[in-house]
Amino acid sequence: MVAASFKFNIDGIEVEATEGQSVIEACDEAGIYIPRLCHHPELPPSGNCRVCTCKINGRHSAACVTPAAHGMVIENDTPQLTSDRRAVIEMLFVEGNHPCPYCVASGDCELQALGYRLGMVAPTQPYQWPERKIDATHPDIYLDHDRCILCSRCIRASRMEDGKTVFGFEGRGIAMRLNVDAQGGLGETQMAAIDKAASVCPVACIVIKRHNYQVPNGSRRFDKTPIGSDIEAKRTRRQS
Amino acid sequence: MSLLDIDERILELVDLVDLDVSPFDDKKAFDRQVDVGFVEGGCSNEYNVKELREFRKHCRILISVGACAINGGVPAMRNTIGLRECLEAVYLNGPSLEGAGMIPNDEDLPLLLDRVYPSHEIVKIDYFLPGCPPSGDAMWEGLKALLTGKAPTLPYLLCKYE
Ligand code: SF4
Ligand code: SF4
Ligand code: FES
Repeated sequence: MVAASFKFNIDGIEVEATEGQSVIEACDEAGIYIPRLCHHPELPPSGNCRVCTCKINGRHSAACVTPAAHGMVIENDTPQLTSDRRAVIEMLFVEGNHPCPYCVASGDCELQALGYRLGMVAPTQPYQWPERKIDATHPDIYLDHDRCILCSRCIRASRMEDGKTVFGFEGRGIAMRLNVDAQGGLGETQMAAIDKAASVCPVACIVIKRHNYQVPNGSRRFDKTPIGSDIEAKRTRRQS
Repeated sequence: MSLLDIDERILELVDLVDLDVSPFDDKKAFDRQVDVGFVEGGCSNEYNVKELREFRKHCRILISVGACAINGGVPAMRNTIGLRECLEAVYLNGPSLEGAGMIPNDEDLPLLLDRVYPSHEIVKIDYFLPGCPPSGDAMWEGLKALLTGKAPTLPYLLCKYE
């Protein structure tokens, strides 16, 4: 049976969706980019970064966990929402340690790319300088907790895709941290470099050793085109 | 110094502005108000703070230029370690020390701050030009905006945190 299809409206554009799609999935398909950070197209949504927050039927809701419904009216690309999202990105920058100039993820990092796309020139909220340790116990992967933005992608990938439970969160609020399910660090877990969990991190927290700084500055993912351009290209193609 | 990366455009610039306090003319202190000040580097000691406050006092528009001024940069690596631990690691327990070391304590040395502060955590900053360093084109873009009385905004290809 083909799922029922219906329409909703986002920023004045009519989008067709099918039963079971979230707002973000339907918009991705239609070539409309909603900024997001914790959402990953190959993982179940978790709704914990709130970057994708839109005004859906007048209420602020996270587009990655809101099912698309017939007749919805959505605001996405507005100055207010952009500024709210920028504030979230800024908080993530100052809550961790993010020295982009010497970070392995620079140019390829979704947090940095969102900063660029949303117009953050410099984070101006007070830097927290948290003290976080590097876990280099694994032969092929290291964890640089300074960069972790607690998006939970690795947790979801490990559980749902790899059938393991390598990652989890401990603590609450500002004290929340990513942990691994072994006392002795990542090296004592079931983690392997080919795991899905090793490739979904949006920042430079989960890093495969010996494979870094290989793509030259200028050819990296977000050097020339803003994050979301691939999604938006679908719509431009359709229109032309 | 990344101002020099604007290359021959500097000739255009000198026709339009007077350089006051700068490493180019080696003038070290303000004796009048100026329109625009560029600060590079964060504040890691009391001298940096004094200097930055002087800039704020004498510049109508103050701009934080580059990663170090904006977030502390490489010197701020010490922020997550702690000042005492850093000094001890280098001057008391350093691998190249002969005999007992000593943490420098000369009164001529500016006192180190507990951590490295970005400029905007010390004084009000009007605009930021990010980059490590900002490219010559980014500097030029910023200068052009200022010379025409606009707020500097960088296009996508020029706004980089690295
Ligand atoms: S993880 Fe991203 S935002 Fe953080 S320092 Fe690295 S490049 Fe910058
Ligand atoms: S390690 Fe990466 S994927 Fe996992 S929670 Fe942190 S930022 Fe997200
Ligand atoms: S992308 Fe929707 S809450 Fe993170």
